Amino acid sequence: MDEQAERLLKAWETPKGWRYWSAVNNSEVGLWYTLTAFAFLLFGGVLALIMRVQLAVPNNDWLSPDQYNQIFTMHGSVMMFLFAVPILEALAILLLPQMMGARDLPFPRLSAYGYWCFLIGGLFVCGSLFFGVGPRGGWFMYPPMTTEYHNDIGPDIWLLGLSFIEIASIAAAVELIVGVLKCRPPGMRLNLMPLYAWYVLVVAVMILFAFPPLIAGDVLMELERALDWPFFDVDRGGDPMLWQHLFWIFGHPEVYIVFLPSIALVAMIVPTFARTAIAGYSWVVLAAVGTGFLSFGLWVHHMFTTGLPGISIGIFSAASEAVAIPTGVQIFCFIATLLIGKVKNSVALMFVLAGLATFIIGGLTGVMVAIAPFDYQAHDTYFIVGHLHYVLVGGTIFPIVAGFYYYYPFVTGKQLSERMGTVAFWLMLVGFNVAFFPMHIAGLIGMPRRVYTYPSDMGFELPNLISSVGAAVLGFGFLVLLWDVIRPKGHQPLVRRNLWNAGTLEWSGEVPDKPWGIRSIPIISKRYPIWEQENLLADIDAGRFYLPDAEEGLRETLVTSTVDAQPVQCLRVPGPTFLTLFAAVFTGGIFIFSTYHWWIAAGVSSVLSFVTIITWLWTGTALIPEKDNKHVGLSLTLPTYVSGPRAVGWWAMFITMLGDMTAFISLVFGYFFYWTVHDTFPPSQFEGRVVAGPGLFWPLVSVGMGALTWFTVVFTRRLNRQDRPLAFYVWLCVAVALALGAASSLAWGPIGNEMDPTHHVYSAAVSVLVLWTVLHLMVGAVMLIYCAARRLAGRMDALHDADMVNVTLYWHFLALTIVITGLVISLFPLVA
Amino acid sequence: MNEMPSQSALDPAGKGAEAIAQLFYVMTVGAVIIWTVVMGLALYAVVRPGQHNVKRTRSLVIGGGAVFPIVVLTSLLTYGLSLMPELQRPAPHGSQVVEVAGVRWWWRVVYRLPDGSRVETANEIHLPVGEPVEFKLTSEDVIHSFWIPSLGGKMDMMPGRENRLKLFPTKVGRYRGVCAEFCGTAHTQMTFEVVVESRSDFEIWLANLRSRSQTNTHDGHIVFLQRGCGACHTVRGTQADGSLGPDLTGFGRRRSIGATAMKNTPKNLARWIRSTHRVKPGVEMPAFESIGTDELDVLVDYLGTLQ
Repeated sequence: MDEQAERLLKAWETPKGWRYWSAVNNSEVGLWYTLTAFAFLLFGGVLALIMRVQLAVPNNDWLSPDQYNQIFTMHGSVMMFLFAVPILEALAILLLPQMMGARDLPFPRLSAYGYWCFLIGGLFVCGSLFFGVGPRGGWFMYPPMTTEYHNDIGPDIWLLGLSFIEIASIAAAVELIVGVLKCRPPGMRLNLMPLYAWYVLVVAVMILFAFPPLIAGDVLMELERALDWPFFDVDRGGDPMLWQHLFWIFGHPEVYIVFLPSIALVAMIVPTFARTAIAGYSWVVLAAVGTGFLSFGLWVHHMFTTGLPGISIGIFSAASEAVAIPTGVQIFCFIATLLIGKVKNSVALMFVLAGLATFIIGGLTGVMVAIAPFDYQAHDTYFIVGHLHYVLVGGTIFPIVAGFYYYYPFVTGKQLSERMGTVAFWLMLVGFNVAFFPMHIAGLIGMPRRVYTYPSDMGFELPNLISSVGAAVLGFGFLVLLWDVIRPKGHQPLVRRNLWNAGTLEWSGEVPDKPWGIRSIPIISKRYPIWEQENLLADIDAGRFYLPDAEEGLRETLVTSTVDAQPVQCLRVPGPTFLTLFAAVFTGGIFIFSTYHWWIAAGVSSVLSFVTIITWLWTGTALIPEKDNKHVGLSLTLPTYVSGPRAVGWWAMFITMLGDMTAFISLVFGYFFYWTVHDTFPPSQFEGRVVAGPGLFWPLVSVGMGALTWFTVVFTRRLNRQDRPLAFYVWLCVAVALALGAASSLAWGPIGNEMDPTHHVYSAAVSVLVLWTVLHLMVGAVMLIYCAARRLAGRMDALHDADMVNVTLYWHFLALTIVITGLVISLFPLVA
Repeated sequence: MNEMPSQSALDPAGKGAEAIAQLFYVMTVGAVIIWTVVMGLALYAVVRPGQHNVKRTRSLVIGGGAVFPIVVLTSLLTYGLSLMPELQRPAPHGSQVVEVAGVRWWWRVVYRLPDGSRVETANEIHLPVGEPVEFKLTSEDVIHSFWIPSLGGKMDMMPGRENRLKLFPTKVGRYRGVCAEFCGTAHTQMTFEVVVESRSDFEIWLANLRSRSQTNTHDGHIVFLQRGCGACHTVRGTQADGSLGPDLTGFGRRRSIGATAMKNTPKNLARWIRSTHRVKPGVEMPAFESIGTDELDVLVDYLGTLQ
């Protein structure tokens, strides 16, 4: 190995021994993430088997209803939040950089932090089951049952534990969006991206807009549970329907969030085994984007029986059918690819076909239940249980198993057994259909969902017994797969490089692979570069492309422009650290201790988490490089530091704030929702007391001060660029003072007028908007102080101003937040 | 004879259920055909690949993926949604109105009579055959869902709202209704019986329920009051006027106990009173474990006399 390669290898070396757990590189974090998500899949599967044992015979009292209710609640929650979403992010973290010839994702430490949050939160939520205090309100957690009738900590575990994981999911989504947009190899324009990257982009954007409404809902429900703010209490003007809207605005896109990434795997596997490029690349991309858009307009089909007016039911019925069209396009593109190519069979392809056969049944029953009148009968019955498992197992799990067989050699250099794979395939395919097909019949003959047992002599015995037998067979199939994955493979020879003869860049790695991701970052001009670009592998190996060296011993990767992938920066990415693990532990502490109302421990945890995260940012982000430009190979010189829209950090802030605004808008939606359901909103009197508002004066003062702060922040950024330190510090202090002034005057509106958030839902709806905005203003003030400290410490200057630029970007969004909050709470009551 | 009443959406006994069952069969036939064709094509592509020109397959994507679904779905929507106006239309003025409230975990049933008076019962709904009935559905605590599969679709019962549902029974018989929305511990056992009978039988039943004057002289009545049963249960014509639990007027004629948790027999009733929570875990009624056998017998006997 030459000197260049040795230096590169040294820079990307995986830490050894116990320090292994400080790794942040995508190949380690992606692997941990995948294995953990797989472990949660097995746990969720065991819960399912327990339910099938209980339901095998009628009038069974093996489980008590409360045990059963905890188990089905956790089965749904684990499969959705701890398996389906994490596995897609896990696989994307593992595969995406390699598909794009990137050395890593742009924020490795953020991925690691997300992983540790996921692990801690997941163990906490699952652990509750072993103490008999698990949540038992269903994965949909409908109030008022979960707010007024469950007085144990189960719902808090669900709300806080899963919110914690949802935040980690959003972090991963930010990472993946920036990764796809900014870390492609030079020349890989958007229309040359592997389809997988397109799907990940679509899904990550969906997560960004789908999860925040749920988090907003979680906030409202936890505020009702902890502080008695009556968002869902009908006696005080609240309305449980708001939860249903927020939950399903998340919940329906969620289905596509877990389905599309699996289809993305299919879109990678099918061309490889058909030995030809995908048929209709643009059609697939359009269909994926279309599915993403449509999926946000379907949520009401989960609420067809809540008594909504016929017109909205009709519209959502039609919209729900429309989503079948892009789905059909994708399926036919895959079939067309198989028709054109020369198919070579393998277990991976068999699982793809099993997925197709199963998913189409789920899709067709989906078309059936989207027709509202049929849903009046099918809703909340075992027909839906059958339908959703056909969709999710066919559309998600079978393709992921196919992905396991396909990508296992990519990760380990060894192949899974095709023979055992065939056995697993038949066990799973047959077991699945035997388990879930009879459920459609059970539902139609009247069996509702979420029952812990059923009476005899009603025709339910046979379908349920068959389902239980099938579930056992399916379980055996998973055992075979599990054994194949974990059995020792010491004697098994390594596979050859690119053993499937695939055409995409992730297969360019040598076997065994090196931790550097790729020897040199190639110029891409085709969709299937290994097939279509001559000498590609040899040139990569010889280091003839970009960044073949690590002269400074630093981890580096290329940042390219968003559409055309022109190189714009040589990005230094941070290496191993335990800070992310500590940060996750402390952040987890805040959520976990709050569940038990151990406020002191939670307070200590939040201070520790704050300190750790600041240390992490301080020592690991926006570092001023030792030289401004660097030669990256092929006679190209790139800057090592950029700020503003060319920088990945700016994009991350922008995308994060889009998600943050979505959560905020969900809260504003809540305010207006209550207005629509009440004849007079705000009410003047309630229960003999005047319902106080925040008044006009203080909210408007706050809006004015917020606007001034924003001006000052923008001005301060300019002062920094003009290198006028004294003026910079002075105006920064002014901005901080103004921000705190805006926060205090906003808070003073409700407090000074003696609003009681527990009095009426109007008071609560105003208070939550104020609370949200005040917290954001305080964070904004801390960010400004951080910038001052950075400049004082010489870590930020006129040229290297990424911190200040990103904080200003945050303030753009914050200005919008405070204006909306102030105007809504002060002026809207005048026109309502 | 089968003891259990019917609960199948595929064995319709009401106009709504009939229309929806037919919709289901039409859609199922269509689904089977589509699945067979698409999977046939996929398997053919795997078995005999490589002999197909690229242009023809492109038209397959457009035709099969876009045009065909648009045509099929449009016609299906036209057919499916055309059922909705009739399903949603309120029952004509003057139809029988039944108010049902979901309570954890039983059903409060109130008949409004033409003279404006109300008659309350629980967990058993009688309906006249061959005419539309208007249900007014509410909840007293959490969200429930009112569903009689044999008669038609379900409708949620939301706290703070009143939902309505029209059903039109077409066949005399006994049917079973269930709560379809998960509502907590005893959700599984929140069921009820529906008796569809001729108009005259229905009138008799209703008149009987309404005009009932009870015998207060039974020894069991004293036990009933002493034990505090009247704090939660009403027996019309007596001092017992609680409304937390089911109205027990006419209890002796009901077929089941505990929202159809058990058949209404003296033995079962004794078991219900003594070990309520073993029969129906989670139920709000306290178990009277310490009640003496003599006392229990006389109480059970009394409840049986509530005709």
